[in-house]
Amino acid sequence: MSDIDEIVSEFLVESHENLDQLDRDLVSLEQQPDSRELVASVFRTIHTIKGTSGFLAFNHLESITHAGESLLARIRDGKLPLDEARTSVLLDMVDAVRSLLAHIELAGDEGSPDHSALVARLEAAHNPTALTTSAPAEAPESAPESPPGPASAPDELEPETEPEPPPVAEIQAPTHSETKLVAEGDPQVETEPVDALSAHAVHDSTVVPRIGEILIDQGLVDDTDVALALLQQDVQRETSAAQAESGSDHKRSVADSTLRVDVDLLDSLMRLVGELVLTRNQVVAHAATLGDTTLQRSSQRLNLIASELQEGVMKTRMQPIDNVWSKLPRVVRDLSVSCGRQVRLVMDGRDTELDKTILEAIKDPLTHLVRNSIDHGIEPPNVRIAAGKPAEGVLSLRAYHEGGQVNIEVADDGAGIDAAKIGQKALAKGLVTRESLSTMSPRDVLALIFEPGLSTREQVSNVSGRGVGMDVVKTNIENIGGAVDVASEPGAGTTIRIKIPLTLAIIPTVTIESGGQRFAVPQISLVELVSLDGDHQQIEHISGSPVYRLRGKLLPLVFLDELLRLRTEERDPAIPAYIAVLNADGQQFGIVVDQVLNTEEIVVKPLSQQLKRLSMYSGATILGDGRVALILDVLALAQQSSVLAPERRHDDAADLNVASGMGDTESYLVVRLGTDRRVGIPLATVTRLEEFKRDVVEHAGRRDVVQYRGAILPLVQLGEIFGVYAEENPETIQVIVYSAYGRSVGIVVEEILDITESSVLVRGDTDDSGLAQSAVLQDRITELLDVRAAMAVVDPHFSELAAQELASRRGTATDDVMVEQPVLQGV
Amino acid sequence: MSTQLATFRIAEHLFGVPVNAVQEVIRNQSMTSVPLAPPAVGGLINLRGQVVTAINLRHRLGFPPAPEGQLPMNVVVRVDEEAVSLLVDTIGDVIDTQDDLFEPPPETLSGPGRGLILGAYKLDEQLLLALDVEKAVDVNAAA
Repeated sequence: MSDIDEIVSEFLVESHENLDQLDRDLVSLEQQPDSRELVASVFRTIHTIKGTSGFLAFNHLESITHAGESLLARIRDGKLPLDEARTSVLLDMVDAVRSLLAHIELAGDEGSPDHSALVARLEAAHNPTALTTSAPAEAPESAPESPPGPASAPDELEPETEPEPPPVAEIQAPTHSETKLVAEGDPQVETEPVDALSAHAVHDSTVVPRIGEILIDQGLVDDTDVALALLQQDVQRETSAAQAESGSDHKRSVADSTLRVDVDLLDSLMRLVGELVLTRNQVVAHAATLGDTTLQRSSQRLNLIASELQEGVMKTRMQPIDNVWSKLPRVVRDLSVSCGRQVRLVMDGRDTELDKTILEAIKDPLTHLVRNSIDHGIEPPNVRIAAGKPAEGVLSLRAYHEGGQVNIEVADDGAGIDAAKIGQKALAKGLVTRESLSTMSPRDVLALIFEPGLSTREQVSNVSGRGVGMDVVKTNIENIGGAVDVASEPGAGTTIRIKIPLTLAIIPTVTIESGGQRFAVPQISLVELVSLDGDHQQIEHISGSPVYRLRGKLLPLVFLDELLRLRTEERDPAIPAYIAVLNADGQQFGIVVDQVLNTEEIVVKPLSQQLKRLSMYSGATILGDGRVALILDVLALAQQSSVLAPERRHDDAADLNVASGMGDTESYLVVRLGTDRRVGIPLATVTRLEEFKRDVVEHAGRRDVVQYRGAILPLVQLGEIFGVYAEENPETIQVIVYSAYGRSVGIVVEEILDITESSVLVRGDTDDSGLAQSAVLQDRITELLDVRAAMAVVDPHFSELAAQELASRRGTATDDVMVEQPVLQGV
Repeated sequence: MSTQLATFRIAEHLFGVPVNAVQEVIRNQSMTSVPLAPPAVGGLINLRGQVVTAINLRHRLGFPPAPEGQLPMNVVVRVDEEAVSLLVDTIGDVIDTQDDLFEPPPETLSGPGRGLILGAYKLDEQLLLALDVEKAVDVNAAA
């Protein structure tokens, strides 16, 4: 059934495997009955099944295995020899267990409850043999005249077996049937007498005493045989019941539909798929240049198949986070007892899947965080009650996928972390200076708990507070490309949020070029790309360090070519460059590169021993053209170039305050028209900034157009609107792409000067055209362009579309233009 | 007793490495240089999808850089389960050397290369220098 619990199906898979092992063990045990190892193994297996079935409340299963276990215990302890008869009983027990499992799998429960009888018989089967321990000479084979056994056996059998209707099958007892004799079919028709004895038995089958007793009484069989036969009968009944239930519907059993695969094999598969992805990249890149449509079609198909295969193989390595979480309830229980807390553990998103390697890497950090929450976070019950909280604290674990990443949260409703206290502690330990502390946002102060050597615990407990911990957690998480973040409200609780990638093997990157060499930058660290035109005017220097004003904020810069010493001569400042804005450790910095080439999914290859010391590179990869490229380690880059001094910490909270305090703040893209006219364009309306060579400009009708991203982009000379005409005729033209209503227009300007974030304090009159209003921006008179109105003038389609849309949602106060993210993206 | 050595030439000298240490020999490959790497690292090559570090043996052994336009060959050896390429001028034959021709490093070889030479086989026509592969690829060790 589909509604079997995951835990149950895991139990089933495991048990099926165990049973197969058990079969083998029992058989080989029979060959070498002295092997304690084998007995111990068998015992363990049965014990495991017994334990789990008890835990899962499969009582019948438990009682059968319990009976088997006690028999095995005696054998293991050397009190009983293992002979053929006992082996058979045990094997039959294995079969019984198997059929029970089959029933569980099909119906979700154990089914008909007549197993108590079976258990009784199993016990009956080894009780008398147990008696032989008092007279060890008496081997079960010589049982026929074993006197006290039969007497007790029927006693036990009697009440249990009474209600069972088909004693007919009992006649098989004397046949010593090898287990499969009556494999299937209706027991009623299974009456063919095997010999005179059983024929005789058939007549008496409906009366008490039962055939088994008669046979034993007559000394024809021993009780072991009877028990064995009865057991078989049960098994068959079970099996046929199971078969009846399953009907003709041959669903794959849980054990058959899953496979255990060697992780090494998966790793090598993953590697191969990585190679395939690389080869695919090469083929696709090559096919695009050839212009052969058939080849292109096949390469597209290859592209798709490779992606799907990659996804599929990656899935095989995925495991639910519950594999790690399942160990936490115990941790929580033990800890709350030893710390004197009352803790309720809530887990949400147990089935969130992660790559196996990542799962292993987060195991210890997670356990540590949970410990911390109980030890540091959740208060003792009396304190909680005094604070007006329920005595029982809640520790909640949450895992969910978001944007190709997995988020894991460990939250408690405990005392929270006092940022001021952390700050004092950090000061005392010399981790921060007083000045930097005063400028830090509470969030940044809280993040100090991840610094080595800082523990919030007053006294060291045996659980936590030893100063190793949070920094190790952070290092471990960062080692797998993740990030960790803390939020806390004193008195209300603490939440630790971990973001980790789904997999490590294949990562999306942006390829950049600097000094003639290409490098791959993981997209996860890339925030945005900014294009600089020639002569780097926008790059300023503060006491020698280059910075760039990115929307009014200073962005520390690193020239990649200088850092990596890629050039022997000075860089020609006339070459246009790009700034790749990167995020390292929550702070932003930019690297200046020559080119931004493309985005590519790459397979990370470790660097060889010779290059391990170079922290700048996290690995290497092979690009679409077959050349090797190094992967930049963003964090190491930042550290090497020391752009992440604490006082330059990116401070979101402070920004927000500034923004809200000043009110009407907007970001403008300031451009130049003609020789000295400055026009401000609201940045929110800018989709992208592009630069085109003048000779790619073509003409369609009266329009200038360029081919752009597979479409035709009409160009509008902004100067013409303002009656300003370009005097110079440079090689390249600067274009601001504006998109709305699914249409794009390229606005041609003379030069892009700056992006400024400021409030417009002085507003002047609207100019003659009604499209711009003069204002003071950065201390200079700047005309602010009403982009919508201007575009409606130059492209009548915009006004039509705008009118249509207005009509279609009249009355709703939604945003008036649909604008893509104002982020300059790689091509 | 004899030893089989795969031979190659660097700056007119004949070198040899145990033939079973050699994975393959390939012609010149396009190489990606590794900024800030030790100078003896020639770069990275793509060996059928595997990224392999190439060691500039000329630099390692203290010879002057190869003349302009002379492209090195790659002798790919396995060291500690890792493939490493040795950049050499030309490839020679596999030579069966007699152990009794072996002598410790000759005084004729000096400079940084000396520590990387196990010794020399006195062949009829010229000396065959046995290269210590493990030391040769250990570019991080103080030379």
